[in-house]
Amino acid sequence: MNREFRSDLPIYTQLVGQFEQDIASGAMPPGERLPSVRDLAAELGVNPNTVQRALQELEREGLVFTQRTSGRFVTEDTAAIARCKKTLGGRHIREFLAAMTLLGYQRREIIDLLQEEKEEES
Amino acid sequence: MSAILECRNLSKSFGGVKALDGVNLSIEPGRVVGLLGPNGSGKTTLIKLANGLLTPSDGELLIAGMKPGADTKAIVSYLPDRTYLPDWMSVRQMLDFFEDFYADFQREKAVEMLGRLSIDERMHLGQMSKGTREKVQLILVMSREAGLYLLDEPIGGVDPATRDFILDTIIRNYNPSASVIISTHLIADVEAVLDEVIFINGGRIVLQKSVDEIREAQGKSVDAYFREVFKC
Repeated sequence: MNREFRSDLPIYTQLVGQFEQDIASGAMPPGERLPSVRDLAAELGVNPNTVQRALQELEREGLVFTQRTSGRFVTEDTAAIARCKKTLGGRHIREFLAAMTLLGYQRREIIDLLQEEKEEES
Repeated sequence: MSAILECRNLSKSFGGVKALDGVNLSIEPGRVVGLLGPNGSGKTTLIKLANGLLTPSDGELLIAGMKPGADTKAIVSYLPDRTYLPDWMSVRQMLDFFEDFYADFQREKAVEMLGRLSIDERMHLGQMSKGTREKVQLILVMSREAGLYLLDEPIGGVDPATRDFILDTIIRNYNPSASVIISTHLIADVEAVLDEVIFINGGRIVLQKSVDEIREAQGKSVDAYFREVFKC
């Protein structure tokens, strides 16, 4: 994970976003054990309470779980991970569509452009 | 939880000049707090009052419910804004010195951190660069199992690598029952390690808020917000 943070958002929300990205992409595989709060805080250069808050949010989202004695793990619920991936993907698509609409493209034209792009690739 | 540091209507004057003027604030255990203000705003005066190096002109300051004295010095670990350890002392002598003085000093912890930086225990302070000296002092201060750490300008005038070491040391030694107060005007450098900030100006508390709250409400970093509040 990177240590650079945007200045206009709370750091914990940015941490949540980074964890979601890593869990959805599989960079942090299901069942993987997370480092301790203190180690994560030191690695990321942020306050331990901020890390704690981010992990609690991820727990609420069902992406990580705590085992009382052995620490925190990435969920093994692959359906939950798939849902998270879809949410993140949906967000990218909406941002993309908003930017294209701003350029004056119609929905039909956007789909044609995507199709062209796909043909060039193959 | 009861406050580790509490100020009630605290004032301090030097001659006719008010360095602190009716300060009320409360700091809970387990927090890393930035005490932020321009030069001459009263940061060092507040820290010296918390250490018992100064006495209030009016109002009171309590450490874990006690007035500053021998009992509070046993739980407060203080890093002054300037060097106070003598040039002739070696690192080993300083370890002995801290061990004698403070029941909560963890010698193994200090030795381990010194080792990580390859600082030779036989070295004398007078032989060290400014940055190394500052690291040694911070290691001594952070190796105590204190209830409150008061760090006065710990990152003033050090290079970025040293600054990272200092912040890393603060994070790694974090303990949920202790609080850390970092006084500085280099906000951008410390912002990510802070829970909350106190803005002080002209001897008065301007605000006390969590870093997340400021970023959420203002949509900007604490550093940018500070510049706005203290615009000259």
